[in-house]
Amino acid sequence: MPDRPAIWNFLLGRLSLSSLPLHNSIVVGTFIVVSIGALGVLSLITYYRKWGYLWSEWFTSVDHKKLGIMYMVLATVMLFRGFADAIMMRSQQAIAFGSNMGYLPPHHYDQVFSAHGVAMIFFVAMAYIVGLMNFAMPMQIGARDVAFPFLNNLSFWLTVSGVVLFMTSLFVGDFSHAGWLGMPPVSELKQSPGPGVDYYIWGLQLSGVGTLLTGINFVVTILKMRAPGMSLMKMPMFTWTSLCTSGLIVVAFPILTATLFLLSLDRYIGTHFFTNGFGGNVMMYVNLIWIWGHPEVYILILPLFGVYSEIVSTFSGKRLFGYSSMVYATAAIMLLSYLVWLHHFFTMGSGADVNSFFALTTMLISIPTGVKIFNWLFTMYRGRVRFDVPMLWTMGFLFTFTIGGMSGVMLSVAPADFLLHNSLFLIAHFHNVIIGGVVFGVFAGINYWFPKAFGFRLDAFWGKVSFWFWQIGFWVAFAPLYVLGLMGVTRRLSHFEDPSLQIWFIIAAFGAFLILLGILAFVVQIYVSIRRRDELAVGNDPWDGRTLEWSTSSPPPPYNFAFIPKVHEREAWDDMKKHGYQRPLEGFNDIHMPKSTSTGVVIGVLATVFGFAMVWYIWWLAILTFVALIGTAIWHTFNYDREGYVKANEVGEFEQHIGNWEPKAQGATS
Amino acid sequence: MNSIAIDKAPSEPQDFLCLEEGHPHNGTLLGFWLYLMSDCFIFASLFACNAVLGTSYAGGPSAHDVLDLPGLAVNTALLLVSSVTFGFAMLEVSRQRKRAMLVWLGISGLLAAMFVGLEIHEFVGMIAEGAGPDRSAFLSSFFTLVGTHGLHVSLGIVWLIVLMFQLGKYGLNEANIRRLRCLSMFWHFLDLVWIGVFSYVYLVGVLR
Repeated sequence: MPDRPAIWNFLLGRLSLSSLPLHNSIVVGTFIVVSIGALGVLSLITYYRKWGYLWSEWFTSVDHKKLGIMYMVLATVMLFRGFADAIMMRSQQAIAFGSNMGYLPPHHYDQVFSAHGVAMIFFVAMAYIVGLMNFAMPMQIGARDVAFPFLNNLSFWLTVSGVVLFMTSLFVGDFSHAGWLGMPPVSELKQSPGPGVDYYIWGLQLSGVGTLLTGINFVVTILKMRAPGMSLMKMPMFTWTSLCTSGLIVVAFPILTATLFLLSLDRYIGTHFFTNGFGGNVMMYVNLIWIWGHPEVYILILPLFGVYSEIVSTFSGKRLFGYSSMVYATAAIMLLSYLVWLHHFFTMGSGADVNSFFALTTMLISIPTGVKIFNWLFTMYRGRVRFDVPMLWTMGFLFTFTIGGMSGVMLSVAPADFLLHNSLFLIAHFHNVIIGGVVFGVFAGINYWFPKAFGFRLDAFWGKVSFWFWQIGFWVAFAPLYVLGLMGVTRRLSHFEDPSLQIWFIIAAFGAFLILLGILAFVVQIYVSIRRRDELAVGNDPWDGRTLEWSTSSPPPPYNFAFIPKVHEREAWDDMKKHGYQRPLEGFNDIHMPKSTSTGVVIGVLATVFGFAMVWYIWWLAILTFVALIGTAIWHTFNYDREGYVKANEVGEFEQHIGNWEPKAQGATS
Repeated sequence: MNSIAIDKAPSEPQDFLCLEEGHPHNGTLLGFWLYLMSDCFIFASLFACNAVLGTSYAGGPSAHDVLDLPGLAVNTALLLVSSVTFGFAMLEVSRQRKRAMLVWLGISGLLAAMFVGLEIHEFVGMIAEGAGPDRSAFLSSFFTLVGTHGLHVSLGIVWLIVLMFQLGKYGLNEANIRRLRCLSMFWHFLDLVWIGVFSYVYLVGVLR
């Protein structure tokens, strides 16, 4: 506690002026830039008087499409943050050789790599996949919303809470330096007395609860709300992968919650789960966190496998090759992902038999994954493949991810892993699969569904520029890390002695610069597309799609479908088009829809303040906000009036209005 | 759209659309059950910790020294009976007898409150003896697992009170019955977890 009158310690806990990193010019500079940016955005919203619109149409909305879009925006903002960390690390490692210590002292560098991992996994990749699933999945199954629309809104705001706490750590106090998984004993109170690890714990706890609720929500949505006729084996592939991912979330995220809970008990009330003394067991944490952590990487990749499946079959103009094998492969990956966690620490020394078991289960995963790759290739085979931007990302994925998968199989060989463990080879491997699989898939998905969300497609030229910079930049940035890893260079170092290594780090930094251009090109793509939105406007079905989301208007009405579709075939919309389906313009019914609610925002704000109070030991505020959280939840249950109707005449007006502007530019693919 | 060859005559809309509004599916019970299963994984993690750390006494008291089995018998009986009385309340729901249901719910809540009270008493006694959660990894895992269960029961009691008020005020409407079904599942789930705690943490703990 700071040395000051007791009343201040009571009011502010351990927070004081010295908690602000005023001595660190990098952080102060960032703070100024971020503040100017934030002020600019806020004053623009105020100037255009958009607060009311944002509040009633977006923040309090329970519409899955709007929540999906908000997740995508959140993830994109966090991508900039996470990438800023990446550029800092790459530039530090490119110069910090011999007597040159670089510009990041070790304590700061450690925070940067921890923050990079946390931002990229939890707030970029997770937010992107939840955003894509939110936007597309309910429409793919012909539903009007998810099973629990309010929970969906709450999940989003809990994720925002986590993000706000995480970003606050940049400017008030510091962030964890214990790596993205907060490994003890470094993350224990004795080794990390500052607020960094507490920021880490509460940021992840809040967003983790949000993710868990999303998982439950989506499983119920898919199991209960499919359109009549859509049996499980007639679901679109993306829906299947969403189901498997959501199922994994339900069984994996509670373990993250429990693990972080135990770590926080160690830090707050002095228990001995993972401490060095009093019988604590550090490897217990490592096991638990990876029992969550390995399913987590499949949680990230599976929905993108679904995206690729949709894109490959759409842009090849054929139905997906080997649909059933694709379903079983997805399910097999889902199950196996739960049986491989120990391969993250073969070096624990659990013996040859245990290591062999986990090495074999790990290698087994490559079989269903291989099935998928071949299915995609066979779908393209003899198809009339259109190389639009989503398809380019998919091709880039097939090439990049396959190589990343093979380096993964190398790592799964336990004896080899004793050499490669903790090396830059591992770093190259998981970036190879996460960038090549998840990030490429996200960009493919954004380019694919953007016209559905906004009624105009994204500019193809800048999309291609972005793709090529990412694709080439990725290999320039990470191929050197494979080389360095094989030479034995370990990860997380802020300084090197051997000058012969420097050239590889300089090449890697150049690659990161190319990726930066790729990200900037993406921003330009969005900007240019908004400016040219009238030219780029497309009909409801710009890619000649095959699944139900393309059967409604672009952007879709709040109720998605004026009439719930009846499904006969696997690719329902393709089937409807083949039968010359015409959208009816009359005979509408009143449609039952959930009402907006501000409870999600309120709980999100309270949860953020609660997390902040816990981080800084401001006990009175923590108790107050906790009681308020419970109170808000109870208050919400007294609201029995949660649904309303969209009247038939409103539906009719909307449907006829769409009919008028529908096919502005047919066949946007030319 | 027009690029697709129309090989069949245009179909009637009713072939591809439900022209009448159907009944919306309610997935609350399935969703709540899934939540319980995820909660089960939280308990599984805590059980795993207890399995690994259960004999890490760090020179402090062992399970045999600190755990009170006669008290446990009373405690367990209270919780199990409260599950039975909750079942009676649910029977009264199907008979549409609100007052009898409220009485059974009240009894269930009281039994659970006594369970929590006894547990707090046990905890306070152990801490006073110097066997608190910071004494050893074994005690950390004991307090955390039993305490997490107790916290669940306490939240269940708060939920029960709120719901009893709502049932009293708004009656046995569809939403309230759905909520009561969820609480009922929660109640029985906590009983099940307690059987695990009771047999593994206490009985096996004392033996090992």
